[in-house]
Amino acid sequence: MTQHPKGPALERRGLTRRQLLSRSVAAGASLVVGAGFVASGTAAWALETTAIKPESMATLIQMARDIYPHDQVADQFYAIAVKGYDTAEAAPNVEAGIAELNAAAVAAGHADYISIGWEEDRVAVLRAIETGVFFQTIRSGLVTGLYNQKDVWPIFGYQGESFSQGGYIERGFDDIDWL
Amino acid sequence: MVAKFDLNDDSVVVIIGTGAGGGVLANELAQKGVKVVALEAGGRYLPEDYINDEWESFTQLAWLDARTTSGTWRVAKDFSGLPAWIVKAVGGTTTHWAGASLRFQEHEWKALSTYGAVEGASLLDWPIDAAEMAPWYEMAETKLGVTRTGDRAGLPGNNNFKVFEKGALALGYKEVHTGRMAINSADYDGRMACQQTGFCFQGCKWGAKWSAAYTDIPAGEATGNLEVRERSHAARILHDDSGKVTGVEYFDKDGNLQFQAARIVCVAGNTFESPRLLLNSASSMFPNGLANSSDQVGRNYMRHTTGSVYAIFDKPVRMWRGTTMAGIIQDEARHDPSRGFVGGYELETLSLGLPFMAAFLNPGGWGRGFTTALDHYENMAGMWIVGEDMPQATNRVTLSEATDQFGLKVANVHFDDHPNDVAMRNHAYKQGVAIYEAVGATRAFPTPPYPSTHNLGTNRMSERPEDGVCNKWGQTHDIANLFISDGSQFTTGAAENPTLTIVALAIRQADHIAREMAAGNI
Ligand SMILES: Cc1cc2nc3c(=O)[nH]c(=O)nc-3n(C[C@H](O)[C@H](O)[C@H](O)COP(=O)(O)OP(=O)(O)OC[C@H]3O[C@@H](n4cnc5c(N)ncnc54)[C@H](O)[C@@H]3O)c2cc1C
Ligand code: SF4
Repeated sequence: MTQHPKGPALERRGLTRRQLLSRSVAAGASLVVGAGFVASGTAAWALETTAIKPESMATLIQMARDIYPHDQVADQFYAIAVKGYDTAEAAPNVEAGIAELNAAAVAAGHADYISIGWEEDRVAVLRAIETGVFFQTIRSGLVTGLYNQKDVWPIFGYQGESFSQGGYIERGFDDIDWL
Repeated sequence: MVAKFDLNDDSVVVIIGTGAGGGVLANELAQKGVKVVALEAGGRYLPEDYINDEWESFTQLAWLDARTTSGTWRVAKDFSGLPAWIVKAVGGTTTHWAGASLRFQEHEWKALSTYGAVEGASLLDWPIDAAEMAPWYEMAETKLGVTRTGDRAGLPGNNNFKVFEKGALALGYKEVHTGRMAINSADYDGRMACQQTGFCFQGCKWGAKWSAAYTDIPAGEATGNLEVRERSHAARILHDDSGKVTGVEYFDKDGNLQFQAARIVCVAGNTFESPRLLLNSASSMFPNGLANSSDQVGRNYMRHTTGSVYAIFDKPVRMWRGTTMAGIIQDEARHDPSRGFVGGYELETLSLGLPFMAAFLNPGGWGRGFTTALDHYENMAGMWIVGEDMPQATNRVTLSEATDQFGLKVANVHFDDHPNDVAMRNHAYKQGVAIYEAVGATRAFPTPPYPSTHNLGTNRMSERPEDGVCNKWGQTHDIANLFISDGSQFTTGAAENPTLTIVALAIRQADHIAREMAAGNI
């Protein structure tokens, strides 16, 4: 169940930052979408897609953040959490789910999900589909997909494995100083 | 010298399951010279194998075979295939357990007499009492090396405990300490002292916490009287025309069906699997399952009234550092109906790592209400409620239509809270929140019960055969050479974590079985 952030699909591609950005269009606030890939707006990382459309992947990443929004957690980790859906097997359901999500956005008077500017408005769209299978699959997958990334733990202060360091007996198990 | 017994050897005692009940019973019998074959569905994992990672460890150790659920408990909705969080491995759930080791209070052996009849509850008195159990408790405490018993010192308090303690004292609670724990505060019984690693639930890599996996089981094997057959899943207990059990059919590690003959069979598969096995062993002579003339097999399932309270402070706590559950408030464990419920509850420190916190804080929850809680994970403190829940005849394990990998019907677990459980939980939530607010918590989370870790009562002990499944020795009322040896024999649950009592009962049962065998009675 562990997903490691440096998986094969997530890597800086053989393009310069400028080349990458010149081949993409903005999708949402911080993502750009190009032919066959989603990248961060700063081109710090790019995620190649094979089975699902890059626009759908960008929407999925935005949706992941809106379900479990942590402002201190970069998009990269949300991308890692959902990149597993980019398979031939999962693609039809994901595309259908994204279509359902976009339809809900349209019904609420927006162009599509990812172009909604305010999180609050996107969340209202998610509420409209939250009992459905698509939402529940994505949400429950994120519980491990996002929070079980070892590289995410330090962002929350969690220190993970401790045996190899001799436990906390000499590393602050009782160091609270403000009580 | 590890024993190896013949499948046709009908002089052996066969024990099904090697956890707190079965593992201890196996060793105690072996020490007395009784030949034992222990069948264990899981594999063997030792401290060097345990993993300091919540999900990886869960995948390694947890019982993940199919189960189904029904009833109004929230677990049936959020974790429908996982009613319990327990272990499938040599040593059973004593690999996962946190080590809290408390004796029952005297009145808890006599719940019906003390509380009086409670509507909707199938309360009974145990057929044993505190005086009878005292010497067995002492042996169990010595075996487990329980802190604050004998001359064993308490564990030091970690950050999570210090917050908990300060809040408790501010509220006027008096019985507040770092618990009676089966975790070494100093080297004991060849095992080292706790290193405050904080992964007690994942198997203690130092061996500081008692687990049958690396204490009783190897000690029993060393006598030459105990053979543990791992990855051996008991399917059915067979009997002869006189109604005595003759042995156990099981699937071996290669999936082949075997039959091990037995003089005595002891069932210790934990509270879902033990009744399931008795029910799956139905025959033309016993159409409702073995030892079930009372129709009590599977009924009166108890899981303790639980819940957690987590709270956020404006400064770091780092609750995950150090012993997971070394902290307790016992003042609410008394029976005091003026609080609006019978029985009592303990409050114990608890911490989960970030991955489990995300899964259990508010299962199904999402959005900023949820994520802002996790944002302050570092500033969180946590406690767990464990209180006496009411036995109810309708809370029960039955056979589901679903089958497992062997084609055997799986256990369906039905549970509804009793109003007494709800009243107790709400009281405990309120107290838990108040404790943390007294130390300046800025936000508190009364968190719903997890999949059950304490599972009790489905083959209960009773004085009269019509009220339960087994007598005061764990011997089934119907079949003299069939015993119940795990938490399923509990008549009522008491407020305390159950394992010390399971172990004390196993030591006592071993003594009884060996004596009866020697006398030629069974
Ligand atoms: C996370 C956690 C923390 C806990 N903390 C505490 C604590 O602090 N204090 C406390 O008192 N208790 C605690 N407990 C509870 C404690 O672990 C259990 O009460 C105790 O282990 C139950 O003992 P048992 O013998 O009934 O079953 P188990 O220890 O679960 O053993 C049952 C064994 O039987 C095997 N089995 C089942 N069916 C079959 C079959 N058909 N064939 C062969 N083998 C089979 C299983 O694989 C298992 O190994 C905790 C539990 C968990 C999960
Ligand atoms: S905190 Fe202590 S008992 Fe728990 S796993 Fe670490 S060393 Fe073992």
